[in-house]
Amino acid sequence: MFAYVVRRLLATIPIMALVAVFVFMLLHMSPGDPAVVIAGDFASVAQVEEIRTQLGLNDPLHVQFLNWAAGLFRGDLGTSIYSGLPVSRLIGQRIEPTFMLTLTTMIIAITLAIPLGVIAAWKVGTWIDRAVMTVAVLGFSLPVFVLGYALILGGSVRLGWFPVQGYTSIFTSFPGFLRHITLPALTLGLVYMALIARMTRATMLEVLNEDYVRTAYAKGLPTRKVLIKHALKNAMVPISTTIGLGLALLIGGVVVTESVFAIPGLGRLTVDAVLRTDYPVIQGVILVFSLTYVLLNLLIDLTYVLFDPRIRY
Amino acid sequence: MTGIVKGLRPLSGLAAGLALAPVVAAGLMSEPAQAQDGSVLRIVPHADLRNIDPIWTTAYITRNHGYLVWDTLFALDENLEVQPQMAEGYEVSDDGLTYTITLRSGLTFHDGSPVTAADAVASLRRWGARDGMGQKLMSVTDSIEAVDDLSFTITLSEPYGLVLDSLGKISSNVPFIMPARLAETSPSEQIPEVIGSGPFRFVEAEWQPGNLVVYERFEDYVPRDEPASYAAGGKLANVDRVEWRYIPDAATATQALLAGEVDLYEQPAVDLIPMIQADPSITVQTVDPLGTQGVIRFNFLHPPFDNKYARQAAMHAVSQADYMYSIMGNPEYFEEFCGAYFMCGGPFETDVGSEILRGQDLDRARELLEQSGYDGREVVILDPTDVPVAHGQALVTAQALREIGMNVRLAALDWATMTSRRAVRDAPEDGGWNIFPTWWLAVDQLNPITNISVAASGDTAWFGWPDNPRIEELRDAFARETDQDAQRAIVVELQEELYDFVPYIPTGQYYQPTAWRSNVSNVLVAPVPFFWNITVD
Repeated sequence: MFAYVVRRLLATIPIMALVAVFVFMLLHMSPGDPAVVIAGDFASVAQVEEIRTQLGLNDPLHVQFLNWAAGLFRGDLGTSIYSGLPVSRLIGQRIEPTFMLTLTTMIIAITLAIPLGVIAAWKVGTWIDRAVMTVAVLGFSLPVFVLGYALILGGSVRLGWFPVQGYTSIFTSFPGFLRHITLPALTLGLVYMALIARMTRATMLEVLNEDYVRTAYAKGLPTRKVLIKHALKNAMVPISTTIGLGLALLIGGVVVTESVFAIPGLGRLTVDAVLRTDYPVIQGVILVFSLTYVLLNLLIDLTYVLFDPRIRY
Repeated sequence: MTGIVKGLRPLSGLAAGLALAPVVAAGLMSEPAQAQDGSVLRIVPHADLRNIDPIWTTAYITRNHGYLVWDTLFALDENLEVQPQMAEGYEVSDDGLTYTITLRSGLTFHDGSPVTAADAVASLRRWGARDGMGQKLMSVTDSIEAVDDLSFTITLSEPYGLVLDSLGKISSNVPFIMPARLAETSPSEQIPEVIGSGPFRFVEAEWQPGNLVVYERFEDYVPRDEPASYAAGGKLANVDRVEWRYIPDAATATQALLAGEVDLYEQPAVDLIPMIQADPSITVQTVDPLGTQGVIRFNFLHPPFDNKYARQAAMHAVSQADYMYSIMGNPEYFEEFCGAYFMCGGPFETDVGSEILRGQDLDRARELLEQSGYDGREVVILDPTDVPVAHGQALVTAQALREIGMNVRLAALDWATMTSRRAVRDAPEDGGWNIFPTWWLAVDQLNPITNISVAASGDTAWFGWPDNPRIEELRDAFARETDQDAQRAIVVELQEELYDFVPYIPTGQYYQPTAWRSNVSNVLVAPVPFFWNITVD
């Protein structure tokens, strides 16, 4: 297992290198010139050129890439073209809200989706199954921003239970954190919950038709034990995979959710940076997202061991 | 079956419990009041503060930030007259070529160092290298030299009528006075530190680009005795802390104001204003009495708009009302018609020549288009879809031009990409453009020098690069003239030429409302949002 983890971690290096090259090339080949944006309306062509030189944008592309890559090896993600602040500081300021939003969303989604999926599979064809699947289809179809506004209208404006926007760190005030995170997490959680619930139902339906489940019932085991210990445990490997893959969906949703609820997270940082072609910030954020995604998938792969004793690394 | 349901109960109960835990906890636990000493003014600004150097960028948000942190030698008051601000006074030599400016004593920067003439000299030099009006002033300046700690001279090579207007320029780039050590930074680089002598101090440690900007009252600021009037007069920091909380989504920002999470919303979306007005505890008011001018800019380098008849055709084809309804919707917030290139309500307002714009005349437009020799080629209009003011103008223009038979393509892009693409001089089919929409605050358009969209100096002119020596002669004559009546006569002649030449279409004058809660009072009426004098209960 240890050797497997080390191998996977080592495999992360070429993956990240590829991501870095891809992101760099994509950004620098897309339209938009930050020097012109910075120079403003009164600048002459010479002044724009001077700014471009200051930013290193006149260097050949491979030199720009090597300078950036050399910084990465030193742990330096560069400096924002606009604010002049280190990218690591900008990302550092934004990691906690995004991490906590994602974590809370996952907790809500997983704890609701798996039982719902199990119940739907167990009650297949009944109104319960149809109700669960209706909620799942709705969750999948409803745009995140529509749900977000609806929850703001209900939870914040009408009931006044939750703040409209912003974020309070869990380290500053736990109740404040809960008040700020609930609506965004519910908003983001619905689509994720829909995905997991559907996968849980489908996998459970397959497993419930297996001979060993029939045997378990024949042995007189209570339904709870059959469903959870025998069926669900065997269904968990594909469900875990879905949870891992669904993270990409979640990261996409984070961008919208953070904008709707004005949460100062990595999603909004990404959007702001893209809109003003702040190359170092976009590159830094995408690297962080990619690394997180790769590591979380490794973690998901490792959880397979818990559910399927035949899997050994 | 009952057994099965019973069996599943713990599972579903656990799930529901975990999922609803935050909700329940939130309901049970009230959030403790945030420890905050003193008064705080919480503002939703119109944009995110992306950079902190108001000389390096022309962005209005950085200008507003600049006014909190820095001070100016002179400042414009509500009568549009320039008044001394950091300056105690000034003298002009008999030949009109030497200005001696003396600073008020006792002014200090936020780092504790005194404000000296050397700081003013270095700041003006840097501003003069960057700003359009500053560049014009520097082109007739022989030297700027410190005489002693508190006074310095500006020596001109020829008489110039806009020295004080330049030093008291109210909008970007504002000639803010910085410590010399910062002002010596190259104009193409950002200053490394935010140190000013203004009424508020920038709290760098709390700055989160894209989210929060914090200013604290500068205790050693010495305000003038006169009442505040536009950028002039006494700047009283009546709150301990000003917080800019950037909320990019207009609906969320509106709800935050309604819920009392913020005190003042600088530029609420016009379509959401009725919702805000329904709350009696919120005031909605236009605080900029001069407003904003919409602009449709032509590219003079490429057909068809390298021909003045094509530009005149476009002007005949459009209607200001169409533009204004697309931008503001509610006629309460725009002028029915404004034919003044230098703004209605400004010192150089005139409607001479504006008949071409007043009534939409499609037949005349088609005649002029034919006269221009338009060959049916594609006209590329840049359309920044993420900025409603610009997007609306692009759509209205496209429709009007199609109606007179032009072959129009709307090139959809985001604002940042548009600001890059408008600098491209290549033909439209090679990545260039024919038309782009934008807007300017009225304070930037009040005279022929600050209104850079009328400059027609060819290669060195603003994007679009119009070339018209007569217009440049008149602009120069205006700048040299020191008598305002004579300046007005020049403007009349200039505007006639402008309506014939059509450097751009002024698409109308509109007014952006601001909204604030009842705990906020003494909001200043001014063309720039100033945050001094405001009190918060």
